[in-house]
Amino acid sequence: MINVNIYRYNPETDQFPYMQAYSIERPKKDIMLLELLNILKEQDSSISYRRSCREGVCGSDGMNINGKNGLACITPISTAIQKDKIDLRPLPGLPVIRDLVVDMTEFYAQYDKIKPFLQNDSAPPAIERLQSPEDRAKLDGLYECILCACCSTSCPSFWWNPDKFVGPAALLQAYRFIADSRDTKTLERLDNLSDPFSVYRCHGIMNCVSACPKDLNPNHAIGEIKSMLLSNKRNIIASDGVS
Amino acid sequence: METYNSNNIQTLEFDALIIGGGGSGMRTSLELAKSGLKTAVVSKVFPTRSHTVSAQGGITCAIGSADPDDDWRWHMYDTVKGSDYIGDQDAIEYMCSEGPKAVFELEHMGLPFSRFENGRIYQRPFGGQSKDYGKGGQAARTCAAADRTGHALLHTLYQNNIKEGSNFLNEWFAVELVLNKSKEVTGVIAFSIESGEVAYLKAQATVMATGGAGRIYSSTTNALINTGDGLGMALRAGFPAQDMEMWQFHPTGIYGAGSLVTEGCRGEGGYLINAEGERFMERYAPNAKDLAGRDVVARSMVLEILEGRGCGEHKDHVLLKLDHLGADVLNAKLPGICELSKTFAGIDPVYEPIPVVPTCHYMMGGTPTNIHGQAFTQSNGVDEIIAGLFSVGEAACVSVHGANRLGGNSLLDLVVFGRAAGLHIQEALKSGGGVSDSDSDDIDQALHSLNALNHSEGGFEVAEVKRELQAVMQNYFGVFRRGDYMEKGVAELNTIRDKISNLHLKDKSAAFNTSRVEALELRNLFEVAEATAIASLKRTESRGAHARDDFKERDDENWLCHSLYNPTNKELSKRGVNFEPKQVETFEPKIRTY
Repeated sequence: MINVNIYRYNPETDQFPYMQAYSIERPKKDIMLLELLNILKEQDSSISYRRSCREGVCGSDGMNINGKNGLACITPISTAIQKDKIDLRPLPGLPVIRDLVVDMTEFYAQYDKIKPFLQNDSAPPAIERLQSPEDRAKLDGLYECILCACCSTSCPSFWWNPDKFVGPAALLQAYRFIADSRDTKTLERLDNLSDPFSVYRCHGIMNCVSACPKDLNPNHAIGEIKSMLLSNKRNIIASDGVS
Repeated sequence: METYNSNNIQTLEFDALIIGGGGSGMRTSLELAKSGLKTAVVSKVFPTRSHTVSAQGGITCAIGSADPDDDWRWHMYDTVKGSDYIGDQDAIEYMCSEGPKAVFELEHMGLPFSRFENGRIYQRPFGGQSKDYGKGGQAARTCAAADRTGHALLHTLYQNNIKEGSNFLNEWFAVELVLNKSKEVTGVIAFSIESGEVAYLKAQATVMATGGAGRIYSSTTNALINTGDGLGMALRAGFPAQDMEMWQFHPTGIYGAGSLVTEGCRGEGGYLINAEGERFMERYAPNAKDLAGRDVVARSMVLEILEGRGCGEHKDHVLLKLDHLGADVLNAKLPGICELSKTFAGIDPVYEPIPVVPTCHYMMGGTPTNIHGQAFTQSNGVDEIIAGLFSVGEAACVSVHGANRLGGNSLLDLVVFGRAAGLHIQEALKSGGGVSDSDSDDIDQALHSLNALNHSEGGFEVAEVKRELQAVMQNYFGVFRRGDYMEKGVAELNTIRDKISNLHLKDKSAAFNTSRVEALELRNLFEVAEATAIASLKRTESRGAHARDDFKERDDENWLCHSLYNPTNKELSKRGVNFEPKQVETFEPKIRTY
């Protein structure tokens, strides 16, 4: 048997959230956690969670699995289980709508803030803009982000300042456009990040790197942004007061 | 629970409403965002969770990068042949000739395409693509961002919708179309999944960009959300569906899990082997081999398995061999496949072949539309535009894919026809087009099904009925079909219909109640399944993806036509295929070999 403890909260009926224990026969074959949740939902249809692609590319089912953020659909129960037990909680730091479903408004707002679209001052050519394979390779490890929020919601700085610290996910995308040879707004993009909070609240805790289900490295991207801010003599670290 | 009626729900009014936030919906909304019309995208998931994200191999288009002499007419020829000659040639011509513009536009928006040494967009070989009208050998025409092209495309479109300030109603679920007395579509009944709040979303133009419905089968590459919601609503409203018997089974779904393994694997040099280690496609398609049309490859695989040459303990799959390509090529060009194989098959393609099996992948049929996305119905054999209703992408049948879609043509379909619908709606609404209002009776009628579900006190379990439905479709309407089995399938669907109209919603709560969404999705799945079953039974020939053991040959005399399923009387009628392209000569039907 496996004991699955699920964070439950329904705003219409519950004053406080609670953990509900479910017990389920361990499937003979190693299945993904999302499949286990689907089986549990057949027993208790009131359990709520997001899911879509069930193969780790849409980013819907980010949740906190035994204390670590990850995607349920690509986490085999064999790796999730600890002492015959799995604890499932919503992603930390964001308001809970219901059960494992969080309100991602603040997360998306940070994404919008970094202007996540290519900007180029010149008129586009009749064909594609050219880009060398080397320049294109600079986008690898950046563009693959699925916006699951596993990184940002594992980051203590984001918990503390979700409105002012851009957070690892959106900073990874900020760097994706800074690094793109086709984007001409690099200086503006850096300027927009040069305040004491947007980037500099990253203290290199590295939770983002360990949480990312796609093996991306937001911490590295943030480091690159910081270096560019410094080399552009645009740093205003002094006014931050190192915390 | 409260009974909803036109007086106790709010009305939100728009010029244009787009149901679905995948590739086609967001390409439509991008066009409309620039127009100044009041528009909303209604998506049951946050847009980047839409199924476009799972497209891998690329977007096929003659941009002349891999081969400067490439020609959109060759692409058109391949697409017509791939469709087994029931793709509409005016629509295919439009898609293939407008395509390069659409792809360059995506690049300008920032899509991170892979590149050749000269800096142009990388193109890879894909199935069914030839040079010089089939005479010049294999073409490399599929533009790719590694093997994550759908992800790159969907995120790029979302990003540019942010840039243009598009309006999104995210995590809203559309339940029914609202029709006025003249059967014009005036919007939808929808609710916010987060709060449960129900509203009448009123619009002059309603675009269904709701994607496919692969979840009618128990084994599918499709996301859990692919439940044919737009098509289900249209069928319930009495509007027809076209070519519903045409379902693509992708040759390479991961055995057991169903996840897609891109055709790009074979484009890059991978090939299929049976239990004897034989590259069996050389027997079935001596020229194109593993890059024959998907229907051809899928059938060959099933035949290998049926003849006892399948792999594994149960001899029920074949293997996709990639290791000879080497780690460098695999990591650079197929990184996503390496990741998926490790996760879902427990193998690393650098060292071992991937176990694969034909898996339901794509709905070639859908709501019939013209190239402007305008949906139509027929009366007395004449096409009649449905005022207010549009459809784009997989939900629509325009028809560019006919009886079999070529790889990479779905992403092209999304952007070309998403844009076309956006342009047309803009023009139509600005020149005074639109629909008359629905009255309170019309709105109440559209609310009926939601009220009935909300008040259900007993009835059938959603998960159980869904499993039954999927088993019927999987068993009787798969790669090979037979009249007597299909008749049995249709009869079983009849009993399932009673259960569908008597589903039990145990949890009546309002906030993020996913069991309500799943019950409503099942109703849509059922409509699509029934249309599929009846159309499959009644098309008495084999063509493209529709392969019958009891009618093995293509029958151009009787069936060189679309099928049109009428949900009101459950009859199938025939509709002519367009053979009149504007810029090129008609491609006449020929025997289709690869």
